Amino acid sequence: MNKLISLISGIIFGIGLVISQMINPEKVLGFLDLFGNWDPSLAFVMIGALIITSPMFHLIKKKEKPLFVDSFNYSKNKEINNKLIIGSVLFGAGWGLGGLCPGPAISSIALLNINSISFVVSMFFGFYLVKLFKLSS
Amino acid sequence: MNIVNFTPVTATLGGMMIGLAVVIFFLFNGRLVGISSIAANALTEKENKFDNLLFLLGLIIGPIIFSLFVNKDISITISNSFILLIFAGLLVGLGTRISGGCTSGHGISGIGRFSLRSIIATITFMIVGVLTVLIKNFI
Repeated sequence: MNKLISLISGIIFGIGLVISQMINPEKVLGFLDLFGNWDPSLAFVMIGALIITSPMFHLIKKKEKPLFVDSFNYSKNKEINNKLIIGSVLFGAGWGLGGLCPGPAISSIALLNINSISFVVSMFFGFYLVKLFKLSS
Repeated sequence: MNIVNFTPVTATLGGMMIGLAVVIFFLFNGRLVGISSIAANALTEKENKFDNLLFLLGLIIGPIIFSLFVNKDISITISNSFILLIFAGLLVGLGTRISGGCTSGHGISGIGRFSLRSIIATITFMIVGVLTVLIKNFI
């Protein structure tokens, strides 16, 4: 059953990216163009998501265990270190250059756009390099 | 600053759906969604590999299901060059794994549970994203 949940969560997430238009790099770049022609939509996507997640996380964490598996399994890393900042700077630069972050990039594979597929291949190569050289924070 | 193309209603509704997906995954499977972690772990780790691959599959078929229901094609605009996107993809791949999260992992799951680490990461990548676009427009 938890396999089905993984698939369903992915589907709902992907539909959310389409409805919010975050799948479109132009919308994202519009948000980042704060000092030019600014499109504030992305901020509303985050607010929409957070008004659902923050109260629900609070309630769900009170449960002894999740419904379909034996225990909660998520990062409790609280460390604020150089890797957190350096990684975020690199990500921010790539995000600003392409207008794509991992979720929308992977979702847009569905549109068979050669540019976004190339982005995804390159992104996975980046994931692999971090694993290979043990750089993750 | 001029405000253009602003779509607050669909942005909020879409954001709430993204939040719902994150909550379902947490409630049933006990994990917090971070797309960069799910994607990277699907590639490199054995643990939860099938779950991660199914989530990614869902992410890809979600838009297809949506376009079948509303009977409308999804249009996106990518105005950047191929080479620039390859470089951007590499930066995103490296950066999200070095910092341990992306817009979903730090921005939604992390901030959703008030993690200071994620708040700092999100502010950092947003500021750098804004500066990158500013510089790109200037050149």
